Amino acid sequence: MIVYLIRRFINYAILSMIATVMAYVLACLALDPKARYLGRNPRPSDEAINHILNRLGTNPDDPILSRTMHWFTQIIFHGNFGQEYNYTSVSHDMFVRSGVSLQLLLLGSFLGAFFGVALGVWGAVRQYKASDQIVTYSSYLVLATPVFVLGVLLMIVATNFNNAVGHQVIQFTGQYTPGLNGTWNILQDRVSHLFLPTLALSMFGAAEYSRYQRNAMLDVLSADYIRTARSKGRTRGAAMVRHGVRVALIPMSTYFAYSFGTLIAGSTFLEKVFSWHGMGEFALDSIIKNDINATAASIFYVSVLVLISSTLAEVLYAALDPRVRI
Amino acid sequence: MVNAPLLEVRNLSVDFPQNNSTVHAVRDISYVINRGEFLGIVGESGSGKSVSSMAVMGLLPSSAQVSGDILFRGESLLDMDDRKLSRLRGNEIAMIFQDPLSALTPVYTVGNQIAEGLLLHDKALSKQAAATRAVELLRIVGIPAPERRVKAFPHEFSGGMRQRVMIAIAIANNPNLIIADEPTTALDVTIQAQILEVLQKAKEITGAAVVLITHDLGVVAGNADRIAVMYAGKLVETGSVDDVFNRPHMPYTLGLLRSVPNLITAGKTRLVPLEGRPPSLDALPPGCPFEQRCPIAIDACRETEPPLLSIGSSHEAACLRAPEIAAGQLQAADVFPRPEPIPAADQAKVEGRTVLEVTDVKRYFTLTRGAVFKREIGKVKAVDGISFDIHEGEVLGLVGESGCGKSTTILEILELTSPQDGSIKIDGVDVSTLTKDQRLAKRKDIQVVFQDPMAALDPRLTIEDIVAEPLTVHNVSKADQRRRVGELLDTVGLEASMGSRYPHEFSGGQRQRIGIARALATEPKLLILDEPVSALDVSIQAGVINLLEDLKERLGLSYLFVAHDLAVVRQIADKVAVMYLGRIVESGRVADVFARPHHPYTQALMSAVPIPDPDAERSRKRILLDGDLPSPTDEISGCRFHSRCPLFKVLDPSLQQRCLTEDPQLRVIDTSSAACHHAELNTLQVT
Repeated sequence: MIVYLIRRFINYAILSMIATVMAYVLACLALDPKARYLGRNPRPSDEAINHILNRLGTNPDDPILSRTMHWFTQIIFHGNFGQEYNYTSVSHDMFVRSGVSLQLLLLGSFLGAFFGVALGVWGAVRQYKASDQIVTYSSYLVLATPVFVLGVLLMIVATNFNNAVGHQVIQFTGQYTPGLNGTWNILQDRVSHLFLPTLALSMFGAAEYSRYQRNAMLDVLSADYIRTARSKGRTRGAAMVRHGVRVALIPMSTYFAYSFGTLIAGSTFLEKVFSWHGMGEFALDSIIKNDINATAASIFYVSVLVLISSTLAEVLYAALDPRVRI
Repeated sequence: MVNAPLLEVRNLSVDFPQNNSTVHAVRDISYVINRGEFLGIVGESGSGKSVSSMAVMGLLPSSAQVSGDILFRGESLLDMDDRKLSRLRGNEIAMIFQDPLSALTPVYTVGNQIAEGLLLHDKALSKQAAATRAVELLRIVGIPAPERRVKAFPHEFSGGMRQRVMIAIAIANNPNLIIADEPTTALDVTIQAQILEVLQKAKEITGAAVVLITHDLGVVAGNADRIAVMYAGKLVETGSVDDVFNRPHMPYTLGLLRSVPNLITAGKTRLVPLEGRPPSLDALPPGCPFEQRCPIAIDACRETEPPLLSIGSSHEAACLRAPEIAAGQLQAADVFPRPEPIPAADQAKVEGRTVLEVTDVKRYFTLTRGAVFKREIGKVKAVDGISFDIHEGEVLGLVGESGCGKSTTILEILELTSPQDGSIKIDGVDVSTLTKDQRLAKRKDIQVVFQDPMAALDPRLTIEDIVAEPLTVHNVSKADQRRRVGELLDTVGLEASMGSRYPHEFSGGQRQRIGIARALATEPKLLILDEPVSALDVSIQAGVINLLEDLKERLGLSYLFVAHDLAVVRQIADKVAVMYLGRIVESGRVADVFARPHHPYTQALMSAVPIPDPDAERSRKRILLDGDLPSPTDEISGCRFHSRCPLFKVLDPSLQQRCLTEDPQLRVIDTSSAACHHAELNTLQVT
């Protein structure tokens, strides 16, 4: 089993390497770093622009192949993702910012999965009853709302709430308030900042997961082994949880891996809405600024996350389902 | 209450409300089960036999409306809530279900699932003690190496083994009542015999009363004390096994008993078909539900539904004319006369040419591993050198357990291309020499009828289109197609006017007739029948078998009849070939093979088939096979059957040596041939 997982991991690693290289090539083709300088007033001389771009290694006059080779060997041998347009190190920025993003992503996806599973199971057990209908329609409503609209709506609700209470309970700009002292104060402040974006992200996740979980659970509900469990003397509820939910979770682990990509996309916009300086913001800004190195690096970051979540999904699947263990 | 019977069902009715009608699945039935009794409930699908037992367990879906009363030791089960019922379930009343493959939760070990039942009802029991008891229970139900197997997951067990585990779960808490709902239906006959044996053993150990629900009259004949026959949601006859089998009083029971092929009588007399189908349960006629199919129905039958009338001591039948049957004024033969065979004048002349000749055909499947670089890790010898031939107007029955290579054999023949090894000749022409056009033309000569008539017909085509489809392939004009379809429907006993209907409007038996009509469309010489009656209800089977017999006589057809039901093969076939693990182990004329089987496997197969006759069943000596079919990937040296062979076990070690090292070939013994080294020493008796 371990050998199998290692092999899968290596497979995924090679895939994400290919994805990153292709992303770099794509970024080279799509982005025009010169445009950053041409619009300036006074316009820098061509030599000056070429000088800067050569230093960054992103001069469009060089052949793409040699630029890609240079960029790639720098990563492989020096762990160096190059520099951003303002000469800061991409690697360093990526390190700091991914910490910010992961806070949001991990908490958001965990809570989303948890509530999604719970709502899905509940909806399946109460199929076609009012509660199931409400869950179904509200999750479609959430799914149909763009993430940034959801974010803004939540901000409005939070503002009203803050006004009603009389002081700023829920914060919604930035990751923390600078200049606070005392562990308890800092922790409280962090939570109050984290609350709204996490809520938005997990609502989105829960809405999606609950649809899949409801289906998986409905398949299981009429299964013969639930009947067997009840014939042994389990009550309806206990049989449903111990034998039903446990089996209905199996297909969810695969789904978890695939939905992770959409979750990252969702968090990109949320970071922008809630002014979090994470990888999502980094990616958006680097595209706007025609920054090839930073754009390719943010795609590398996403592919690594997908790599980890896919491997995790495999481990989870094997842990949940003895039939696939080798 | 001490004197109350173990289980008393009083006026039980179960309704399932639908959108604009109500399905009356069980209608006003009452019965009693005493301590330690073995009751068999017999009925066809949709007769309400399972629903009534699920009502006893309290496991009906929430949409069911239950009325009447169910008393377990005097206490009403219908008044109990789920929590209270749960204390009884698994502890006092246990249940074994039909499909063992899906009845166990796939994610827990079997030991866990057995221990679960123990721990639920005995809070003082430690986990360790429960695990030990689980091992012991596995040993009781005959799982080899239980200490090791207790940690295995359900998917590592075969169907038969899983059903043993289900029995272990059922008997874990020494229940007073075990309900077994078609426990052997999904299993091979050799495994069925094993499971019935384990069920009897479980009954002896726990002293529990057993309710065995089945559609197979043979299964209850040898095991049950009493029988209840259900039809259209009603009990129509109850009584002791001997009374019901020997002196049936309800025409349905009578017809059912005469329609089932029976190893003892099969092949000597024609079957008596029980035509028609039960009424739909949401629109029942006011009178007797069997009236439409009943040959002795009178006007009164159409007016009121007859109640159960007492005939003798504890023998009841729901028929207005039961007194006449009891008095001997109506004989079974008068009620359901045996159909006459096709008169000699109508029989086609057959010259006895060889229609199909299969010589030493092999089909191996290689198992590979790896996605990019495939390497061979094993071989499945699905068909390993088999030879047989079929002459004009002859029926060859091919029998064996599932996994023995029957299906691969027929697919290989239907392929009409050269097999991996060996040769196939159709009508004297070697199929490997055919060109593409010749192959298409040859397909006319050889047609197939499939097992499941529901799945084999396209639901979106009319019957006319389905039957005409083979003609379209062979460029027959539209007008000719229509004429031919009318003829064909008439030939198989359907009305030509039915052509514009869709498959879902027909019953299982009618659909199989449509399948046969389609196969006959191209006027083939050879029909391959792949388990043509095993998916049909027992009462329908006889009609289809008779039709196949008549068609053979009238059209001079030849059949390759693949089946696992030996009685059906005995009924229709002229020759039989018994397959085991890709080889034919015995073949010959049916009369010879069935009268004197030489191979121990044939003997075991025959003795595993239950006979719907309680006297014969009780006096039989059984040869039980151990375990399951070995995995087809295993390399077996010597005789393939030696691991399960009952003869091998009683042989002298010096003689066993030959079985272990030398692969036996088919050789002529008496009038048939068998692949066994020691057939002459075989003293195992089969009756």
